[in-house]
Amino acid sequence: MDESTPVAQTSAAPPGAASAVANGDKGLRSTAPTIIDIDHVDFQYGAHKALHGIDFEIKKKLVTAFIGPSGCGKSTLLRCLNRMNDLIDGARISAGAIRISDIDIYDPSVDVIELRKRVGMVFQKSNPFPKSIYENVVYGLRLQGINHKARLDEAVERSLRGAALWEEVRDRLHTSALGLSGGQQQRLCIARAIAVEPEIILMDEPCSALDPIATVKVEELIHQLKQDYTIVIVTHNMQQAGRCSDVTAFFYIGRLIEIDGTGKIFTNPSQKQTEDYISGRFG
Amino acid sequence: MSMPTNGPASEQISNIRETLLMMASLADRNLALAMRALVERDEKIAAAVEAEDSQLDQLEINVDELVINHMATHAPVATDCRFMLVASKISSNLERIGDSAVTIVRRSLELNREPLLKPLIDIPRMAKIAESMLRDGITALIDNKPELAQEIIRRDKEVDAINKQLARELTSFMLEDPGTITRAMNLTLVARALERIADHCKNIAEEVYYLYHAVDIRHDRK
Repeated sequence: MDESTPVAQTSAAPPGAASAVANGDKGLRSTAPTIIDIDHVDFQYGAHKALHGIDFEIKKKLVTAFIGPSGCGKSTLLRCLNRMNDLIDGARISAGAIRISDIDIYDPSVDVIELRKRVGMVFQKSNPFPKSIYENVVYGLRLQGINHKARLDEAVERSLRGAALWEEVRDRLHTSALGLSGGQQQRLCIARAIAVEPEIILMDEPCSALDPIATVKVEELIHQLKQDYTIVIVTHNMQQAGRCSDVTAFFYIGRLIEIDGTGKIFTNPSQKQTEDYISGRFG
Repeated sequence: MSMPTNGPASEQISNIRETLLMMASLADRNLALAMRALVERDEKIAAAVEAEDSQLDQLEINVDELVINHMATHAPVATDCRFMLVASKISSNLERIGDSAVTIVRRSLELNREPLLKPLIDIPRMAKIAESMLRDGITALIDNKPELAQEIIRRDKEVDAINKQLARELTSFMLEDPGTITRAMNLTLVARALERIADHCKNIAEEVYYLYHAVDIRHDRK
């Protein structure tokens, strides 16, 4: 790392500072075990280096938010976590490693399909398949060769309940998913992601196309889901990061500038760049 | 504090700062006038203080309206968020300084009905310290000098000590001669008003420290 490279800062609370507990901020001081270890990762799109020496850990069953201006690398990093970037020509991790539960996910022996089963993803724009609600939810299970009706029925109810959608669609499971509202479609995509029982759910701006009511529902869902899953969310909505996450990481031009408990980041960030960004002074 | 470079957020934060400055200026002036009313036994000045206090009351309401409006429309974070909390508290303390100035002039009006009980030495000394605390507190806020807070807190203890000493002295007057009770009680109340003004200045200093350092030093927390 050259001298000009900003180093991500985490800060110990000074004496008398608003305590982590008072902030409702379990964040980085959580004793939760590490599930994702991002170890000095450089990432390139062809010759262009998009991530520089990203190095931090994501804790199990917490919500971690990635924030930063467009082009800062937050979505790139998110997509590294289930190797979605493999689908882009010339995109590669050029240094470092990403380990999930101590397994290097870029090791040639790793089965990418199996990885994406463990690390589900929800995208910015809801993308239900042009099939029934039921078939959308069981899609991943059918790919795994599971066709037993009782098991699929159980998975549909469990997943739709988990995505807080069951009560709204239980009597029309076999109608087209495209007939659902935008907010319902996004929750259906979350149901589809959790049907295969992942450990981690990645969310790339999951509410950016939703109205405020649908946004509240998805945010409430995120809060419920963290009982069972580790969630990593990319968002441009500062208030959403503040409301939903336990830990917030701020990125700028491909570098991690600061990561800390969300309460700390939004009340007293250590880095001026972070404060300027979350206060709307740049970006 | 750093300011947003432009836009409605910047304008709203500037409005709050300017209103606080206006309040501080009025509170400072009212304290000085109240002391003149006491020392010079001037009833016209006393009436002016009462009239100006209602302006402070209105400005306190204005600050809270500006703060809640900014919070609702801009959801401030970090320093801006702390500023909202601190601005509301500082305006409340400034308004109470105004109330204490009114207490001083009301006691002065009663004191004017009788000859001076004793030369006024300690009370003007308390007032002078309190005035310096107020000015330094506002300087700390406007010029980003939270380090002034520690010195302001030290001076509050000085005011407390003078107040206790004066209370003992005035009690002995009352014990020796019940004919002095009304005047001694009024002087005790003036001293207590000044002691409270110093407390409000200390509160302001603590809020400024919190604003710039995000460290809460109230209630002797180090």
